[in-house]
Amino acid sequence: MIKIEKLSKWYGDFQVLIDCTTQVNAAEVVVVCGPSGSGKSTLIKCVNGLEPAQEGRITVEGMEVTGRGTDLTRLRARIGMVFQHFELYPHMTVRENLCLAQQKVLGRSRDEAVAKTEALLDRVGLSQHIDKHPGALSGGQQQRVAICRALAMDPIAMLFDEPTSALDPEMINEVLDVMVELARDGMTMMVVTHEMGFARKVADRVVFMDAGAIVEDRPTEEFFGAPDTDRAKDFLSKILNH
Amino acid sequence: MNYNWNWGVLFQEPYLGWLIMGVQWTFAVALAAWVIALSVGILVGVGRTLPSRPIAFLCTAYVEIFRNVPLLLQLFLWYFVMPELVPNDVGQWIKRDMPNPEYLTAVIALGLYTASRVAEQVRAGIESVGSGLTNAAFANGFSVTQTYRYVLLPISFRLIVPPMTSEFLTIFKNSSLALTIGLLELTAQSQQIAEYTFNGFEAYTAATVIYVCIALMATVVMQVVERYTRIPGYMGSK
Ligand SMILES: Nc1ncnc2c1ncn2[C@@H]1O[C@H](COP(=O)(O)OP(=O)(O)O)[C@@H](O)[C@H]1O
Ligand SMILES: [Mg+2]
Repeated sequence: MIKIEKLSKWYGDFQVLIDCTTQVNAAEVVVVCGPSGSGKSTLIKCVNGLEPAQEGRITVEGMEVTGRGTDLTRLRARIGMVFQHFELYPHMTVRENLCLAQQKVLGRSRDEAVAKTEALLDRVGLSQHIDKHPGALSGGQQQRVAICRALAMDPIAMLFDEPTSALDPEMINEVLDVMVELARDGMTMMVVTHEMGFARKVADRVVFMDAGAIVEDRPTEEFFGAPDTDRAKDFLSKILNH
Repeated sequence: MNYNWNWGVLFQEPYLGWLIMGVQWTFAVALAAWVIALSVGILVGVGRTLPSRPIAFLCTAYVEIFRNVPLLLQLFLWYFVMPELVPNDVGQWIKRDMPNPEYLTAVIALGLYTASRVAEQVRAGIESVGSGLTNAAFANGFSVTQTYRYVLLPISFRLIVPPMTSEFLTIFKNSSLALTIGLLELTAQSQQIAEYTFNGFEAYTAATVIYVCIALMATVVMQVVERYTRIPGYMGSK
């Protein structure tokens, strides 16, 4: 469903992405990991066109993200994205955070949007917070709201950029649980994360990046069982033993 | 000191009437200029943050020019120089037939000058909202226009209420410069009362007290605005 082909990107002289190729099939979960600064966020932002790339191609369900004439707005409306720092609209209640794009982008009626919002919040156990502003919620609650905001658009795929790394440890699981459930429901997911427990549990494949390049791209079992490269081994031993 | 105190003069006609007229002109200039300052300032401030290079350049040029040329000089340029630069008929019309030339000139000069300062506040407000939320709005499917309308502007307007309060107060104070082109606003009227009555101390004190009252009123109004628009749990300092 998501196809990344020979993608390269530069910031000035500095090459952030080097010839990256990978794909995420429908209903598949791909975890992207790698040291900080290796280009994971940049890669995932390229998928919905938040960052442009100079070379290579990305298609999502046949729609070309990297093409010149692409209607990025329409494409993004169909791809959900969840950020490290939640990025909820701080001036709106949880209800409006979820309803706004449903109404303004998808053109849903108010009743439809509210019904969808209530159903989603119910699913993640946040119904009682619907009238609050994001600032009144804990990090874990905010991130679950952010996931709901993306899901409200009925996305064909979901992108996560380190969704739990800004959270206090005791809140990580409440967010991961929602993501696991989503994966089991058959959502197509590309997840940048260092939560290897999550990767083992639901990922079909693991993509390991280092210094802008995709160094490994293998089925989860194989990756954890016997990483090919020293860099991946090194990374895994650091992350699993900390 | 042999000064003939007479506070009563302030309440005699025609002087009381002059003061009231002065207050009216001060409000008329400041409020009309504020309308221009807000509308032009918001457009220019937003323009500076747009991805389009030419628009951002033009808006930056506007801010640099209007903010850095002294307001008094701008007032003179609009009043004395501009009519000479436009086509002859227009210049003639401005000089001979345009109603209320001092008033209109003062409003335009003060409005466009303050717009450059408002634009800077708006730009700073938008920039302080940060790229994270902007990306989130784009990822949510919003167009650039919608992102500004529903996310960036509502948040940044709330963030800039305090500095805008001080711009709003400044526009009242700056309106006194209009006396230099002959507009009989509050400061000019008190000067006139001083000349007619030799009670300059009382006249200028009256003007001072009135300016302070205007400032207090504006501050109270803006505090209400601030309280009403405050975002719970958001510092906007990311
Ligand atoms: N806007 C930018 N301009 C210049 N360099 C950037 C920019 N954004 C990221 N980088 C650099 O690109 C590299 C990859 O960043 P990023 O994709 O955020 O890495 P990761 O998410 O894996 O930690 C880093 O070295 C970072 O400093
Ligand atoms: Mg990152």
